[in-house]
Amino acid sequence: MDLINALVALLNYVIIPGMSYGAQLAIGALGVTLVYGILRFSNFAHGDTMAFGTTFTILVTYWLQSMGVSLGPLPTALLALPVGILMTALLLLGTDRAVYRFYRRQKAAPVILVIVSMGVMFVMNGIVRFIIGVEDRDFADGARFVISARDFKQMTGLEEGLAIRTTQVVTVVTALVVMALLFWFLNRTRTGKSMRAFSDNEDLALLSGINPERVVTVTWLIVAALATVAGVLYGLDKSFKPFTYFQLLLPIFAAAIVGGLGNPLGAIAGGFVIAFSEVTVTYAWKKVLTYALPDSMAPDSLVQLLSTDYKFAVSFAILITVLLFKPTGLFKGQSV
Amino acid sequence: MTEPFLIGESMTGGYGRGPDILNECTIAVNPGEIAVIVGPNGAGKSTAMKALFGMLNMHGGQVRLDGEDITALSPQDRVIKGMGFVPQVRNIFPSLTVEENLEMGAFIRRDDFRRTMEQVYTIFPILKEKRRQAAGELSGGQRQQVAVGRALMTKPKVLMLDEPTAGVSPIVMDELFDRIIEVARTGIPILMVEQNARQALEIADRGYVLVQGRNAHTGTGKELLADPEVRRSFLGG
Repeated sequence: MDLINALVALLNYVIIPGMSYGAQLAIGALGVTLVYGILRFSNFAHGDTMAFGTTFTILVTYWLQSMGVSLGPLPTALLALPVGILMTALLLLGTDRAVYRFYRRQKAAPVILVIVSMGVMFVMNGIVRFIIGVEDRDFADGARFVISARDFKQMTGLEEGLAIRTTQVVTVVTALVVMALLFWFLNRTRTGKSMRAFSDNEDLALLSGINPERVVTVTWLIVAALATVAGVLYGLDKSFKPFTYFQLLLPIFAAAIVGGLGNPLGAIAGGFVIAFSEVTVTYAWKKVLTYALPDSMAPDSLVQLLSTDYKFAVSFAILITVLLFKPTGLFKGQSV
Repeated sequence: MTEPFLIGESMTGGYGRGPDILNECTIAVNPGEIAVIVGPNGAGKSTAMKALFGMLNMHGGQVRLDGEDITALSPQDRVIKGMGFVPQVRNIFPSLTVEENLEMGAFIRRDDFRRTMEQVYTIFPILKEKRRQAAGELSGGQRQQVAVGRALMTKPKVLMLDEPTAGVSPIVMDELFDRIIEVARTGIPILMVEQNARQALEIADRGYVLVQGRNAHTGTGKELLADPEVRRSFLGG
């Protein structure tokens, strides 16, 4: 039995990756939940919006790298991020003017807007592939590790190594900053409060003189920032591939729904619930258990509940369970 | 007779392209008075109020506020002109705190509204106590107070309440009526639709009994309470 090594292995393979993946999903789910709360439809184009923002961030990163600009140990992409957000904001506002506004004026049912957003998704899908292609891209630079496994072993003399990658730290710190800013905005500013009011009771918001078009515009701007940040963090942590971003839609929606659609706090909690479920179910626990259990009980198999190929099944299972038993989610959102 | 502060004169109209619900219906509120619309179910009481507030397709008639013709204005523009409206249902922002509800009521105001908020808290002391609580967590009567308080935040020149006592217990109802009288004493004319005809007419300076979208009886609250026909048909003897 060796509990310290077990704990280090658990941190290294489950908790730290789960934290950063959870933070990425949480920021993605915040975007989905804001659109749902204020524009009242499930935005299927969100994954591809993330891909679009990331695409421009990558292009600007390449350009900055070619100019010899860098942030030292931090990824250059952080410098390029504002440009990505700006381009995404233009795309989303353009889409709203050209597509969504038409349906808003018709007072179209939410289910129609969902299908419309699928159309938008396919268009964005195509745009991203035209601009940057379909292949995998790694655009992370700067220092790779904050602590590498070898340094950790030397420092502590433990058998197990603990590696913390720069991108993981960047992800968690950025996520905290973004969430703090968002909650400050929603709870402390006049515009933020008017957005919450609009989400709560649209008719009364109109009677109170809140301008719906302004609320919608501000929402898209925030969603552009959230989507681009989520996409870039995910891309830095793993890699950028347009198809993967489309697939991210499932865990992100699962996160938003688990937390309660329309509820920002729920989106964050949901992001971590989904991420940790996915990681714990697909992780091979053999190593941790071998350390943690007495020798006689050490497992022979990998103790992996599901192959990583099935990781989406986890989101799906959680999604269906929540919809069956608690459709408003953990944090009292609107029901679907 | 002087011009009433708010008047809907021979209003005719209905919702969307549907049939006319109001027929030549006239409702007026004088400065400093409480006017009450009563009548049986489906008489068009709430509809008459919505017509005054511009939420109806009017085919005839006119709405004037302080002598100005506002028939063509949208509800939002009427709020800016000084009309405060408390809908019957969904009249608060449930996930916002009580104080945020009041702030949203003052959304169109660019000046400092803290004094108005203090006045609202003076009329509804319970709201001050609960100001950091989400409005949706309050009791029915307290929610109605939030709703009225929200409408008062624009410093309206006339306040319209659509069944403010719907779904609250008799004790709470009495308290709400007391509060409404208190609001009226601050000088704001009030137009109210009420299901509880007797209590409403008791506090009314002016009462309108509607039947099938038409004015059936009009008079002071006391007159209507004394009118044998009104008593027989609406007040249960």
